[in-house]
Amino acid sequence: MDTNDSLRVASLWHSMHAISQQLSPVNGCSGIELLEADTFDLHCFQSLPGTKFFVVCEPGTPHMESLLRYIYELYTDYVLKNPFYEIEMPIRCELFDINLTQAVQSDRVALLGR
Amino acid sequence: MQFFGGSEISPSPPVPTASGNNAHMMYVFNRNGVCLLYKEWNRPLHTLNPQQDHKLMFGLLFSLKSLTAKMDPVNADKGNLGVPQLPGQGCSFHSFRTNTYKLSFMETPSGIKIILVTHPKTGDLRESLKYIYSLYVEYVVKNPIYSPGSPIKSELFNTALDQYVRSIS
Repeated sequence: MDTNDSLRVASLWHSMHAISQQLSPVNGCSGIELLEADTFDLHCFQSLPGTKFFVVCEPGTPHMESLLRYIYELYTDYVLKNPFYEIEMPIRCELFDINLTQAVQSDRVALLGR
Repeated sequence: MQFFGGSEISPSPPVPTASGNNAHMMYVFNRNGVCLLYKEWNRPLHTLNPQQDHKLMFGLLFSLKSLTAKMDPVNADKGNLGVPQLPGQGCSFHSFRTNTYKLSFMETPSGIKIILVTHPKTGDLRESLKYIYSLYVEYVVKNPIYSPGSPIKSELFNTALDQYVRSIS
């Protein structure tokens, strides 16, 4: 999936998230948190300013919410606090990428090496 | 995905996981987006008028299906985003959950979409949706007076559906 497709998927996800709030039968809906499909699960975390982080994983993978929260912490530390990073632009911060990969790898090892 | 597993005509209803009146509402759409049935059991909040609500729901499901087919990490060949998918083609989602509700979705090979909106802690409702589809086949499709594509007005179907939904979690 190339950059254009990623952008399209992301913007589609943003609108779906908003529409799901409109269709709620009860007050106080904050949007889709988990989407379950045949071959994958998609977990979504929305931060207070509205930035959405979503992760695609194997069906039934546990602890994705805590992983997303940890990624949000990494985002605030390595991206937002970076003085050269422009808001709303694609993220090209090396430290963020390194720490992100580390977090996902350690998560994978922890889950597989039970 | 094998749709019709057993050889029984009417499978027995799946065992309910918990008791209580958990369902909020239910939609049934056909492949053209016509809302064949809308039932409401518990819906305190109405954001839009019924026509807009049905269109929005259908649009949401259409786009989510397109998104899941594109995001699928398993299938190598994916169409472009936004291209209408045939029923059964590509990966499809079966439910999504928010903090206030859980939406369970099933699409049959004939394009009939059954949607059930329930409490967020509800378990997997795929078997229940299959049973509801079998009710639809028994009471609606086999009714000689019913014309496909028109809203469902069968009393027997409504009663059986109501009874069943109230008995599941």
